[in-house]
Amino acid sequence: MDIFGIPIQAFLGQLLLGLVNGSFYAMLSLGLAVIFGLLGIVNFAHGALYMIGAYVAWIGLDRFGMNYWVALVVAPIVVGALGVAVERSLLRHLYRIDPIYGLLLTFGLALIAEGIFRYYFGVSGESYPVPDLLAGATNLGFMVLPNYRAWVVVASLVVCLGTWFLIEKTRLGAYLRAGTENPALVQAFGINVPIMVMFTYAAGAGLAALAGVLAAPVIQVTPLMGSNLIIVVFAVVVIGGMGSILGSILTGLGLGVIEGFTKVFYPEASNIVVFVIMAIVLVIRPAGLFGREK
Amino acid sequence: MSGLEAPAQPAARQSRIAWLVVLAILIAAPFVGVYPVFMMKALCYAMFACAFNLLLGFTGLLSFGHAAFLGSAAYATGWLVRTAGWSPELGVLAGTAIAAAIGLVVGLIAIRREGIYFAMITLALAQMVYFVCLQAPFTGGEDGLQGVPRGKLFGVVALTDDLTLYFIVLAVFVAVFLFIIRIVHSPFGQVLKAIRENEPRAISLGYDVARYKLLAFVLSTGLAGLAGAMKTLVLGFASLSDAHWTMSGEVILMTLLGGMGTFAGPVIGAFTIIGLQNFLSDRVGSWINVIIGVIFVVCVVAFRRGFVGELLAALKKRSNYTAAKSGKPSSEAR
Repeated sequence: MDIFGIPIQAFLGQLLLGLVNGSFYAMLSLGLAVIFGLLGIVNFAHGALYMIGAYVAWIGLDRFGMNYWVALVVAPIVVGALGVAVERSLLRHLYRIDPIYGLLLTFGLALIAEGIFRYYFGVSGESYPVPDLLAGATNLGFMVLPNYRAWVVVASLVVCLGTWFLIEKTRLGAYLRAGTENPALVQAFGINVPIMVMFTYAAGAGLAALAGVLAAPVIQVTPLMGSNLIIVVFAVVVIGGMGSILGSILTGLGLGVIEGFTKVFYPEASNIVVFVIMAIVLVIRPAGLFGREK
Repeated sequence: MSGLEAPAQPAARQSRIAWLVVLAILIAAPFVGVYPVFMMKALCYAMFACAFNLLLGFTGLLSFGHAAFLGSAAYATGWLVRTAGWSPELGVLAGTAIAAAIGLVVGLIAIRREGIYFAMITLALAQMVYFVCLQAPFTGGEDGLQGVPRGKLFGVVALTDDLTLYFIVLAVFVAVFLFIIRIVHSPFGQVLKAIRENEPRAISLGYDVARYKLLAFVLSTGLAGLAGAMKTLVLGFASLSDAHWTMSGEVILMTLLGGMGTFAGPVIGAFTIIGLQNFLSDRVGSWINVIIGVIFVVCVVAFRRGFVGELLAALKKRSNYTAAKSGKPSSEAR
């Protein structure tokens, strides 16, 4: 059975790979959007945090025999703590000045993190084994489904929807949304906004680290994995607009799938298809698909 | 854009003397033992940073993708001179024109959003240019374009001699520098400044802000292209790192470190960074990126005015102080 002359197995395989990539785009753009909403900072270091998350898992396994499931919990905590340190020591000095400085500062942080990991681990990359429980593949009849990839898509969907629920449907989320609109007023109502801001950055960092651990068995763990991804994620954010959480999730997954299809039909363009879509969206709808004109 | 200091206007005569001294030093540099290829490379990056500063410092637009214009011109000039056999002056002009043309397209798309989005869009579009440089059949992939000959200027002056080429690069640099000063002091430059300080107000005064921004963008990208084209002639190759996003970051750092919105700042910043890289590259290896990152962080947290900005602020403070002491109104007081 073929679709446009492509064997259906290859087609569905690329579709799944696209969904996997899309899950990472969704998780990272979600974190970026939440951080930008409350801190007004575009976190260039987001890719570096994702990379550090993957390395925490790899180092944990390699040096301390820490298994994958423990890493899923430990890496976000470690990277979240790093996020707290960064927010308290550096970012909080920048809230009252032009947001471009936040981008530049986090760009510097990304260079530092990348340089340090390059020094200790080189650029060739490490491979992280798929955990035993998820090894192998399931034959669905029309395609062979690698269990781990299916897990990545499901797990990240659950995390993304959980984040959406937390922000849109709970009291904590209401404080967060109110803080995005008017921090001074929320503070006047007796909510400790600086602490909330700090934990928001930590949570965004933790989310990036979680994506990094999920990604570790699918791709090579290298110091450059973050910066290669972050630029695509920026394009995803521009396409979706940072206004809506469900919008970020949908845009991330959708673009991953489109990228997967491009790999099937015209592989040379798969690196740039997201950027081309960004250009088209900007011409037609400058605020992004789900964004609001401010 | 808040947080940016308007460039102060120091006494014109004093600054003219200062510029002539700097020019004399630059002319004398290769004769007192400074390696001419290093000087040419630094001058090319200084040109690049000045072009970038026209946009960031004088218009208030942060482009995070300027490497695309440096890189595309570097590749275009390299290909035209090496493979198509064009003369160096035509190759450089064509490279500049191609960078400006790409700048026009990128600018048309990017100016649809402002501030932080503008930065992200230019970064993403520049990444697209990078992938074209990586994958296109004529760019040499990972190797880049090697062995670009310097050729003969106008078919007469052989450029193989480093000293000859140095003075040509210096002449081009001085021309670019004066051109940027001219732009900034022109009525057009004043409108750019108005846009930087208060865009809604510039709109309400009836200026077509988008067109001014676009023209500034194209001018800046064209000059960045000129820098890239000259760099290819000087070093004899165009490489992927010219078009990579780290290069876009470096030019921001050069401008920020030297002092954005000042004329001399980007030049000083470029010489500092290129000098540092030259000095450190075989001593610290891959730590160089860590050091660049640390400089970035320090600049943003504690040193936003840069060398020249801090110097001007200190001078202004002193002149205000002496003026207050002698009881005369300061020339700076308004």
